[in-house]
Amino acid sequence: MNNRVDQQAGVTRTVKKLCLVLVGMVGFVFALVPIYDLFCEVTGLNGKTGGQYTYVESEMEPDLTREVRVNFITNTNQGMNWEFWPEKGAMKVNPGTIHTVNFFVRNPSSVPTVGRAIPSVAPGLAAGYFHKTECFCFEQQLLAPGEIMEMPLRFIVGPEIPGDIKEISLSYALFDVTDDSSDLIKEFNNRLNTAVAAY
Amino acid sequence: MSEVVHTGHHDDHDHGPEKGILRWLYTTNHKDIGTLYLWFSFLMLFIGGALALVIRTELFQPGLQFIEPAFFNQMTTNHGLIMVFGAIMPAFVGLANWLLPMQVGAPDMALPRMNNLSFWIMPFAFGMMISTFFMDGGGPNFGWTFYAPLSTAYGPPSTTYFIFAVHLMGASSIMGSINIIATILNMRAPGMTLMKMPLFVWTWLITAFLLIAVMPVLAGAVTMMLFDIHFGTSFFNAAGGGDPVMFQHIFWFFGHPEVYIMILPAFGVVSHIIPTFARKPLFGYTSMVYAIASIAILSFVVWAHHMFTVGMPLFGQAFFMGATMVIAIPTGVKVFNWIATMWRGSMTFETPMLFALAFVILFTMGGFSGLMLSIVPADYQYHDTYFVVAHFHYVLVPGALFSIIAAVYFWFPKWTGKMYDEALGKLHFWLSFIGVNVTFFPQHFVGLAGMPRRIPDYALQFADFNMLSSVGAFIFGFSQLFFLYVLIKGIRSGKPAEGLSWEGAKGLEWTLPSPAPYHSFTNPPKVS
Amino acid sequence: MNTLKSITTKVALSLSLVLASGLALADELNLRAGVTEISKSVYDLHNLILLICVLIGVVVYGVMFVSMYLHRKSRGHEPAQFDDNHVLEIAWTIIPTLILVGMFIPSYGVLKEMYNTENAEMTVEVRGYQWKWEYKYVDEDYNNSFSFFSNLATPRAQIKNRQVKTETYLLEVDEPLRIPANRKVKFLVTAEDVIHAWWVPDFGIKRDAIPGIINELWAIVPEPGTYRGQCTELCGKDHGFMPIVVEVLPEVEFDLWYQDKVAEKIALDQSKKSQSDPEFLTVSSGG
Repeated sequence: MNNRVDQQAGVTRTVKKLCLVLVGMVGFVFALVPIYDLFCEVTGLNGKTGGQYTYVESEMEPDLTREVRVNFITNTNQGMNWEFWPEKGAMKVNPGTIHTVNFFVRNPSSVPTVGRAIPSVAPGLAAGYFHKTECFCFEQQLLAPGEIMEMPLRFIVGPEIPGDIKEISLSYALFDVTDDSSDLIKEFNNRLNTAVAAY
Repeated sequence: MSEVVHTGHHDDHDHGPEKGILRWLYTTNHKDIGTLYLWFSFLMLFIGGALALVIRTELFQPGLQFIEPAFFNQMTTNHGLIMVFGAIMPAFVGLANWLLPMQVGAPDMALPRMNNLSFWIMPFAFGMMISTFFMDGGGPNFGWTFYAPLSTAYGPPSTTYFIFAVHLMGASSIMGSINIIATILNMRAPGMTLMKMPLFVWTWLITAFLLIAVMPVLAGAVTMMLFDIHFGTSFFNAAGGGDPVMFQHIFWFFGHPEVYIMILPAFGVVSHIIPTFARKPLFGYTSMVYAIASIAILSFVVWAHHMFTVGMPLFGQAFFMGATMVIAIPTGVKVFNWIATMWRGSMTFETPMLFALAFVILFTMGGFSGLMLSIVPADYQYHDTYFVVAHFHYVLVPGALFSIIAAVYFWFPKWTGKMYDEALGKLHFWLSFIGVNVTFFPQHFVGLAGMPRRIPDYALQFADFNMLSSVGAFIFGFSQLFFLYVLIKGIRSGKPAEGLSWEGAKGLEWTLPSPAPYHSFTNPPKVS
Repeated sequence: MNTLKSITTKVALSLSLVLASGLALADELNLRAGVTEISKSVYDLHNLILLICVLIGVVVYGVMFVSMYLHRKSRGHEPAQFDDNHVLEIAWTIIPTLILVGMFIPSYGVLKEMYNTENAEMTVEVRGYQWKWEYKYVDEDYNNSFSFFSNLATPRAQIKNRQVKTETYLLEVDEPLRIPANRKVKFLVTAEDVIHAWWVPDFGIKRDAIPGIINELWAIVPEPGTYRGQCTELCGKDHGFMPIVVEVLPEVEFDLWYQDKVAEKIALDQSKKSQSDPEFLTVSSGG
């Protein structure tokens, strides 16, 4: 019956090992999220753009021999009721030169609302060459009822962009994040109250 | 199957089973638990099948006749979930419970008490999921793939119950897999080296590893959903900087291996049945083992072929196209091996063999349409149409399900000690074979003609084939009721079966008397 | 001899008739060839791969059926006992690999062509909503950009079987997307709420419409006409009721229509501005 005892010990060993594998897999799943983000940033999968870009003029050689058309697409999502439009629908730029485009938002409703713009670039591969030195993406923006805001975007199309990309579309999807931003709303109401009281 | 209890005269003097309901609640016997799993999956097959018939009834003609679109979506979603997690997977676990200890010469599973727990979780998981039908807002309605944000920001309130049900199913599957691996690696009879193991054991060993690897991924995906819904995180919510496409990557990282979880044990079953009825050893045992292993490994690098339309960069598309096509090679090897096993054998065509042969033919057809789907430019035309529906039903119904039915007929005498009625079995086969093809073959055509999947109503040019498909579905559905009758009749009044129930059967389980005694191989057999 | 000859001719004739009618039927059952170059090359690719599958199927099933016929116990066939054959095993690994490589190369060619979005002459944004489509014509001058929704036009009575269904049942909209023939049109596909998918089978293009993300597609349609498709990603209750209709107009006709739409849009903006507050007027006129 020694055999049986050996077997039991073997089973315990196997189960322990499998539990380790299991824990490893659980860890792996949650590691997937940062891995995925990194992967997207490197490959431009899904047109995710990188973060703020620091522009050093001397480091970038403007390429005046070709032009890239940049489309500006503005959308409001999930029932967001703001008006959202770019200064121009599209513009042609030389890679390596810096440009500014203004975007506008207006809150036509009668309540303060917080919005957040999510960028996306198509084709996805162009995302890695589309640098923003100043942008409003991902920031939470509060607008009072009827308020209009001008939001500038400064960008450079990297001169190393492959020659077959002749057109880039930059899209901003504007979401209503008022529910997730109670702090901003509270601050707004406080200021409003002080203003009213002072008056 | 449950009649083991009444056969009474055991050859040995071990404890027999307890009497009554408590036997089934407390049992740690692998045969009892296998029986429970099999009956449970059979019940789920009928529930899932009933939902399918509701779908096919609505699709019998264009226009909305019987149900509303919102309810239709609940039908398709739950049909998928119940069939995948409730019917096919537990049925294979049931077969594993019954067969693995007998095939490796072990007295029971390695962890009998955990075995009991992993079964009894299942009824609660499915009870919870089915109960959502009666809740406010209805049950899950976002497809069995539950893509975010349809399942998160736009899901019904009952989604939380669905998430917990999936967690429970995952826990059950993981415990089951740990048990299976521990049994196979430690409890084999002396002399049975890994490369002497029967193929069903091999396929289940690899399947169990797949389950342990991907069930946590599924659990992780639903946990992230739970957090997005209730705790304000933004894993999949674009508004918060999350990414809905990431859900699909995570889901299919689970989902593709899951597909093989449902088909590898089927390969094992067929690799037992064909040699038995061809009376000839299995051709290319070693290459079979390597083919299964390589299919399992490849299954981790092809997930994005379910997502060719999400807009990945060109190199990504090309990589996943190539990797997917490579899977055709080991799969082809398996099919060729089965045919080479038949070649110059001495074949007879009893019911299990008929189902196994239908498996080879129809699964191969599913393989062909799978190969077509791997071609990205063509996939744009097939994606999310009935062509895909036809494809995966060809691999899952005459694939996985036929292999399960074949296994039930094949080992029925060993389980019950009785023979089923061969004539009725054959009738059941032909009804199923005709039904399955009438149902799913026309779906290739409506798919190519452009009918999207998961729609409750369709344009007029799809009408004829849909009607045909619905007729086939009813034939197929009711022939499974007939299957139930054949089984019950066999259990009640079948002729007594011999220990070696089939002339060409090989393997340790056939050295036992029929029915297999409640405790078998308490002294391990010697394998030469 | 003569009779034999006439019999063979008759057999050949009837066989070719059967084949011809079979082909005609097959055409009806097969994928649509579509109207664009891309959709036609996808169709050719589909036929090629289908043919390869059918040929492999004939061989595999043929061997299987021969074996099932010859090697039966009831015919008294004694079982052989071989269980491997290395030459055979290597052959059926290598040959499929070569076939797959032969399939991959043309597929990659077509795919690469599909990804070539260069030199589009106009851009239309396509947005999926629960449960309708919005089309936005992107113009360099934002004031000229106009958009409209495209809703299912099939009356409820037809869906509920109270009225006779017309030929375009469920495939008709109130206002279709209009594009010019012979020009490369780029589509930027996205969604407002959940994931949808935009598919026009006759153009051979399909892409998921994902909230927050834009995807690119393109088409050059040589023939004016009306082309119909459907949403192909489950997007909730009325997923089956948000068709896509694209009307391809001759170039001149399209340009006229486009000018009309722009004029209409500008007029609408003007009337809106005169009604709204002055601040709004000043800021937006900077654009």
